[in-house]
Amino acid sequence: MKEMTGAEMVVQALQDQGAEHIFGYPGGAVLPIYDALFHQDKVKHVLVRHEQGAVHAAEGYARSSGKVGCVLVTSGPGATNAVTGLTDALMDSIPLVCITGQVPTHLIGSDAFQECDTVGITRHCTKHNYLVKRIEDLPRILHEAFYVASNGRPGPVVVDIPKDIQFAKGTYSRPANNGHKTYRPQLKGDAGKIQAAVELMAKAKRPVFYTGGGVINAGPQASMLLRELVNLTGYPVTSTLMGLGAFPASDPKWLGMLGMHGTYEANWAMHDCDVMICIGARFDDRITGRLDAFSPKSKKIHVDIDPSSINKNVHVDIGIVGDCAHVLEDMVRLWRTTSPQPDKKALASWWDQIGTWRARKSLAYLPSAETIKPQYAIERLYELTKDRDPYITTEVGQHQMWAAQYFHFHEPNRWMTSGGLGTMGYGLPAAVGVQMANPGALVIDIAGEASILMNMQEMSTALQYRLPVKIFILNNSYMGMVRQWQQLLHGSRYSESYSESLPDFVKLAEAYGGVGIRCSDPAQLDAAIMEMIDTPKPVIFDCVVDKLENCFPMIPSGKAHNEMILGDAAVDIGSVIDAKGRALV
Amino acid sequence: MKSHYSDPPKRQTLARHTLSVLVDNEPGVLARISGLFSGRGYNIESLTVSETEHERHVSRITIVTTGTAQVIEQIKHQLDRLIPVHRVNDLTVLGDAVERELALVKVVGKGEQRVEALRLAQAFNARTVDATLTSFIFELTGTSEDVERFLRLMAGVGLVEVSRTGIAAMGRGPESM
Repeated sequence: MKEMTGAEMVVQALQDQGAEHIFGYPGGAVLPIYDALFHQDKVKHVLVRHEQGAVHAAEGYARSSGKVGCVLVTSGPGATNAVTGLTDALMDSIPLVCITGQVPTHLIGSDAFQECDTVGITRHCTKHNYLVKRIEDLPRILHEAFYVASNGRPGPVVVDIPKDIQFAKGTYSRPANNGHKTYRPQLKGDAGKIQAAVELMAKAKRPVFYTGGGVINAGPQASMLLRELVNLTGYPVTSTLMGLGAFPASDPKWLGMLGMHGTYEANWAMHDCDVMICIGARFDDRITGRLDAFSPKSKKIHVDIDPSSINKNVHVDIGIVGDCAHVLEDMVRLWRTTSPQPDKKALASWWDQIGTWRARKSLAYLPSAETIKPQYAIERLYELTKDRDPYITTEVGQHQMWAAQYFHFHEPNRWMTSGGLGTMGYGLPAAVGVQMANPGALVIDIAGEASILMNMQEMSTALQYRLPVKIFILNNSYMGMVRQWQQLLHGSRYSESYSESLPDFVKLAEAYGGVGIRCSDPAQLDAAIMEMIDTPKPVIFDCVVDKLENCFPMIPSGKAHNEMILGDAAVDIGSVIDAKGRALV
Repeated sequence: MKSHYSDPPKRQTLARHTLSVLVDNEPGVLARISGLFSGRGYNIESLTVSETEHERHVSRITIVTTGTAQVIEQIKHQLDRLIPVHRVNDLTVLGDAVERELALVKVVGKGEQRVEALRLAQAFNARTVDATLTSFIFELTGTSEDVERFLRLMAGVGLVEVSRTGIAAMGRGPESM
């Protein structure tokens, strides 16, 4: 119990909650908090160049460290600029506490300078938000914000603090144990349902694990338990974009990512399975394809901490509300104690079937000696960095999907990408946050030349804090995913998707004080990547790639998993060579 | 279809449900709930709010909504996900709940029409809460159907204004929420 100003309470609460870094941008309505930050050195402020960057940086920080990301922005434009980042964090379930300044309480509603209805605007893009109207409420609300952000399904929380409350004096109290008076998310899964799930799994003839970001969010322990359960059962496993790294890509039971640009084997296994075990994923439309044809023959088990995710898009047979780590632990224990005997013969033929799908080599592409194929660039980037435990962020588009397909992840919290909202401009500020949380680590933003320009200004932040992030741009001069859809769905009419008048990325890097590298020759790519890795400064790598390469495999419009299309190089025995063709060969 | 989004679902039968929601009576809680309904495209037929436990600052919100079984399930889960929401009870699932609303009805007229209005009001057990030489205000409490029937009759005898509270509801039997 200590007397202090509201601004001092904010800084004290950050310290008491274990926050070491806060990403922000000052302005009139938060000056008292900036003054309080000035008087201490426990919480380090990271000055970004745009408030959207602050939120994405905090997301990268949170996702790579498992901690709550903290943001501090001013009223009005500070808050509205943060909205995209907050929505991104809500869609991807990232724990954030965002403190916004507000005009003094007596001016709220008067259209004062830099006033906006922050709690109104952010109500739909936060897990919860607060407008603090009395200094007595401030300590409780600050601690509650951290509790709400990180418990249950994580998400962003906004605390809007008017300037007079920041100046007001009051009594500070330390975090209490009860977190929130009523909000108590269910962590343990229902024992009966878990037992029914394990019994169903034991009887499966064609099982598949379908895992997602919930496993990452449940902490590294959940990833360990997932590996244990998969190894105990010996069943195949696939993952959403958000869940990559929870299960090691080097394991033979790994089928690769599923969904719209997932592998042939992963999507076919989902379609043909008889028991689907969904852990911490939410049957998103990029995963399911056509809903009425989604995995028609399977019984479905769904583990999710958010009850509203269960039966939202897809009807499931066993819905278990609980934290992935808790439920996985129970499943592992139950499987060990009951040691069921799955149908070995059925499983062997299921793996044979998976083998024939794998043999289609759905990620094969036509190599080139003249131009760098984007897939090749990611493959080389992976090969040359895999021993350095790299952290990868991405922007949004083709490069993001290629990164997910060709860069392989073996540990959780190494892969930071905007999944739900699909925010171009996410990768660079996220990389800044990742590097801040993991000094000394190799952090690479795999980018496109269009996306990177959306938050290019954060290069300046990277330089200021000596964060040696690497920006690896797959430069095809197009908004590649837009161009691909225009080619496939809109008669190749490339309306406004060509990136005319691009900056010289090498000079741009130098202008910021970083290092620029350009490569357009496949033969020199390895050397150039090595040069990037060995440069102890921020680097922009302009990797000039094949302009018209498409991202395959792909589930086309309104189609099901078993109707996916493959690239030219994939072995398509069924449809490329018909019966007549086979007779000729 | 030139889009990756799936087609809209086929028409399914809609059901009408009455939900009772206990919430912390804090600023913005009603906006959160009404915003949830508008943001996710759910229907609100009636919504009634009032603080019911003053010491604990707990309010009870009664919502009447329509949707498919799946949508109703989602509405309940989405409501429950809001931080200030304590409990969501689906009174329609729990059985035949008591549902009442109150209406204030202003009728203007002279002579025989005025006498007829008063006679009908008495037949419906409506109370006369205001009277002038040319007008009445009647207060009627009942089910929504009762209120509708009363209003239809009043339309013929000088109805000029109606104010309705929306539905307050409670499950039958000894159990409490």
